[in-house]
Amino acid sequence: MKQALTTPIYGLMAEFENSTELVKATKAAYAAGYRKMDAYSPFPIDEASEALGFHKTRVPLIVLVGGLLGGSGAYALQYWINCISYPLNVGGRPWHSWPAFIVPTFEMTVLFGGLAGVFGMFALNGLPMPHHPVFNVDEFARVTRDRFFLCVEAADPQFDVVGTMKFMQSLNPLSISEVPH
Amino acid sequence: MREGPEEKTLLEDVPWPDEPPVMLPGETYGTVTDTIADAVLTRPIGLGWLSGFLVAGFFVMVLLVAVTYLFIRGVGIWGIEIPVAWGFAIVNFVWWIGIGHAGTLISAILLLLKQTWRNSINRFAEAMTLFAVACAGMFPVLHLGRPWLAYWLFPYPSSMGVWPQFRSPLVWDVFAVSTYATISAVFWYVGLVPDFATMREKAKHPLTKKVYGIFAMGWRGSARHWKRYESLYILLAGLATPLVLSVHTVVSFDFAIAVIPGWHTTIFPPYFVAGAIYSGFAMVLVLAIPIRKYYHLESLITMRHLQNSAKVMLATGLIVAYGYFFETFIGMYSGSTYERFMLQNRWFGPYAPMYWALILCNILIPQLLWIPKLRSNTAFLFLVSLDILIGMWLERFVIVITSLSRDFLPSSWGHYTATRWDWAVFTGTLGFFSLAMFIFIRIMPAISIFEMRQLLPESEVKAE
Repeated sequence: MKQALTTPIYGLMAEFENSTELVKATKAAYAAGYRKMDAYSPFPIDEASEALGFHKTRVPLIVLVGGLLGGSGAYALQYWINCISYPLNVGGRPWHSWPAFIVPTFEMTVLFGGLAGVFGMFALNGLPMPHHPVFNVDEFARVTRDRFFLCVEAADPQFDVVGTMKFMQSLNPLSISEVPH
Repeated sequence: MREGPEEKTLLEDVPWPDEPPVMLPGETYGTVTDTIADAVLTRPIGLGWLSGFLVAGFFVMVLLVAVTYLFIRGVGIWGIEIPVAWGFAIVNFVWWIGIGHAGTLISAILLLLKQTWRNSINRFAEAMTLFAVACAGMFPVLHLGRPWLAYWLFPYPSSMGVWPQFRSPLVWDVFAVSTYATISAVFWYVGLVPDFATMREKAKHPLTKKVYGIFAMGWRGSARHWKRYESLYILLAGLATPLVLSVHTVVSFDFAIAVIPGWHTTIFPPYFVAGAIYSGFAMVLVLAIPIRKYYHLESLITMRHLQNSAKVMLATGLIVAYGYFFETFIGMYSGSTYERFMLQNRWFGPYAPMYWALILCNILIPQLLWIPKLRSNTAFLFLVSLDILIGMWLERFVIVITSLSRDFLPSSWGHYTATRWDWAVFTGTLGFFSLAMFIFIRIMPAISIFEMRQLLPESEVKAE
């Protein structure tokens, strides 16, 4: 953690009761100029990532590239095997009998696209990450149940403990906690 | 995935007044979480579960004995011989892989179609897919004769300098089934990650916490993570949809590409896919009805789910009936002596009782599902589902055995009788499947918790 060296705490975390409150607070924080922050919720909320200014993911691109590599690789392998390395006359069919190669090509497109997407998603998310500073807050355990959190990180240039605390109080959260490293 | 407000399935959102709701009222984030997670974490092991587990375990032992004896003696212990070299192994392979299809249909296709009622049955339907594919995968390998050389099916640079024959549907099968198994497994695991995080926080025992923690990979519900997660989930569904249709299509190619009468027909791919979904939904009901009763999940798996599954069975059953009709029609219309004889042989030959039982189980009895009163009777649904599972097994038996036992030359006809080892392997895989399901419902949340939270009206972000 880079911030560990420069800031005494990881950030400040506010707790909210429902998704509407969380999205409202996130929008307010974004409008107030905070950028290094994250919203946490027990289920996906589109509006929350929008409010964070996080609009685009690279996951679809990774899936596309993986799928194209898998498909073209499978086709090339079959072509090389059946036409170059090990030509085999089966019932007088041409060596390059492409319709027969479509099935493995399709299957490998799906396989590599899917696997690339899964590994890509976890890699972009930085998972597996067994520990993270947000877990130091006791209330945070309820993020996998029924609570919603907004954490403004100390690494944000606008962050200062007193000012940000004051700002968070104006959002009417259930509680505010300091997030130690 | 998340739907826009107008597509959301709310508790009170019912198409017409007497339609049961997707979730019974009174549920909150907390109660949904507790109902599903406590079935795993705090519920003691009951006598019902234990006895089911032991019975299933017994059949797994039967499987181990049968497979060991098979490895020692070879496939001669089965009833297969020339001309019927396929026998039970292929019948069971097609049956099991078909059962798996409903899981992917529910988790992927219904997701893309925004059928949010799927959220409470997708998790265990995916588990069912995985275990059914595992059972299916055993059969072709055991049937190889030298199963320890199964890796020869994959294209790898071998010292023998030979490669698989890519013009053969049997090689396509290897690609289709292994891709299907892999994608089903990752789809299932990706869906489980946020729920493992819930289990990690709810578990009391430090070891349990740690194990769930490892599988949760440190999931913390960040909005950025959810965004990528949702994007991947919908893409996986998009990839799994053509995949599931391709798998049974490829399985049907094993038959359709051969020249055997009764196999060489273009109706096979769609009718195999419909039959797969038909038997898969039957298996979903066979599992869902006892699970919801035993674990008191009636408020989450409601009559809506059971009735919708029944309707899907009715629709796919009619497609299957159409397939049977056209098989017959084309057999007559083709003018081919062998095709006509194949039909006569099915209707009046040595396996005729199987054929008529199949028509009874797959076409006639399921028509009772038209009656709304019977559709809302869980005991009846359970019995009809069992009936369909038997019918679909008979269908594969009729296709494989009748055509092979009497093909072109009467001098090469034969008769197939399954031996006790055939039955031992088959019942053994039934035991394996049940054992895996019994373990699954004890150690993992059987219903997707985070997707159930999304179904609650309070999950909606209200505009200011």
